[in-house]
Amino acid sequence: MTLLNHKHSTIEAAIASIPHGAVIMVGGFGSPGTPFALLDELLAQGQTGLTLIKNDANEPDIGIGRLIRAGRVDRLLTSHIGLNRIAIEEMNQGRLAVEMYPQGLLAEKIRCAGAGHYGFLTDIGLDTEIAAGRREIECDGRTWAIEPAIRADIALVHADLADAYGNLVYRGTAINFNPLMAMAADRTIAQAFEIRSPGSLMPEAIHTPCAFVSQVVQVDPVTSEQGRRAHAI
Amino acid sequence: MPSDQERILARAAREVVAGQIVNLGIGLPTRLFHYLPEDMEVLIHSENGVLGCQPLASGREADLEMIDSGGAYIGTRPGASVFDSALSFAMIRRSRVDITFMGAFEVDQAGNLANWKIPGKFSPGIGGAMELAQKVDTLVVLCSHNDKHGNPKILRHCRLPLTAPRCVSRIITEKAVMQVTAAGLEVIDIAEGLEVAALRAATEAELIIDESRLGRF
Repeated sequence: MTLLNHKHSTIEAAIASIPHGAVIMVGGFGSPGTPFALLDELLAQGQTGLTLIKNDANEPDIGIGRLIRAGRVDRLLTSHIGLNRIAIEEMNQGRLAVEMYPQGLLAEKIRCAGAGHYGFLTDIGLDTEIAAGRREIECDGRTWAIEPAIRADIALVHADLADAYGNLVYRGTAINFNPLMAMAADRTIAQAFEIRSPGSLMPEAIHTPCAFVSQVVQVDPVTSEQGRRAHAI
Repeated sequence: MPSDQERILARAAREVVAGQIVNLGIGLPTRLFHYLPEDMEVLIHSENGVLGCQPLASGREADLEMIDSGGAYIGTRPGASVFDSALSFAMIRRSRVDITFMGAFEVDQAGNLANWKIPGKFSPGIGGAMELAQKVDTLVVLCSHNDKHGNPKILRHCRLPLTAPRCVSRIITEKAVMQVTAAGLEVIDIAEGLEVAALRAATEAELIIDESRLGRF
């Protein structure tokens, strides 16, 4: 883990640490909370053979949509890709392997990895087609499915505010998967619109403590504007 | 004459009780907000992580970090909260959401619901529908009574992959309001001007109808 006083990084250096073939969690539900600047830098640097874990596939021309379109992504773990026709086409053509999960199970699998567990037991999806391939066990007279946690090499998250140690504060519905993913990856790179000096954020207002954050990068809200726009619906 | 969708939404609004936590699915159910009394104290849950959302007031500039699960920009009402996705689904799985409204491709007389996948044609992923369907105590389906080719959507047995088994409480279409009971699918209300025989002809499911108690809407 990066030392506290060495986390404030340039975007180039932070993304350069990501190898080809990395398993990467990406925050965001639609546009809010998607770390657009980090993703654009990843596209520019050219890493390929990536596995991405994100709630959705953004839209074709923004966020992870650009990486998918450029052929950089081999595999996507997600819950819904209905707003990205290119991702659906790539999936149907067999060029993109897509694993779909119910949204709450995806969130919980990530939360569980972030809490340091192997997995959890659930009754969600029993007697439906998602039950195929899941291990089930009996506990206290009821049937439960075993849901293994999902971890990653890297998490790319978006925060509204950070401090130089990497403490993070999210805003509005841009919270979504970000705090879960920040805890579930071996290394977490956070972008924030503002990075303040340690001590200037209220301790009880911090969503993700800096212990879970490896690097923090300041991004300009204006340059991220391209992605912060309305959905198609 | 109200349109079919207006008839469904106006009737659906009567299902909501002041003080409830309400989830509105994507599409037609999202519009239900506009049919609730303006001063009604309800909190609308959206599974991307907000309790107490409301449509953006006209003329208000959108906050780009505030959307609902359908992607529309939203505002919040007094008493609102925002939270992460795991917590949002904990709220659902713990049945803290009182009532949810969803669309359907198919629904059957046992209360089985199919609304996420048409094999070979439509499979963008299930999103939050499975957990909402399985865990919210009252699930009201809002849908057209027949598909665009006129085929029944209210069936004896669903044929498409299920969102969840035995999860539907009530079905509201432009033709009828139907309650899923242990005995079968009971018609509560029938649309103004519609004959019982015409309703049966448009429906594949077996309908339990007591004409002496039948309401109109």
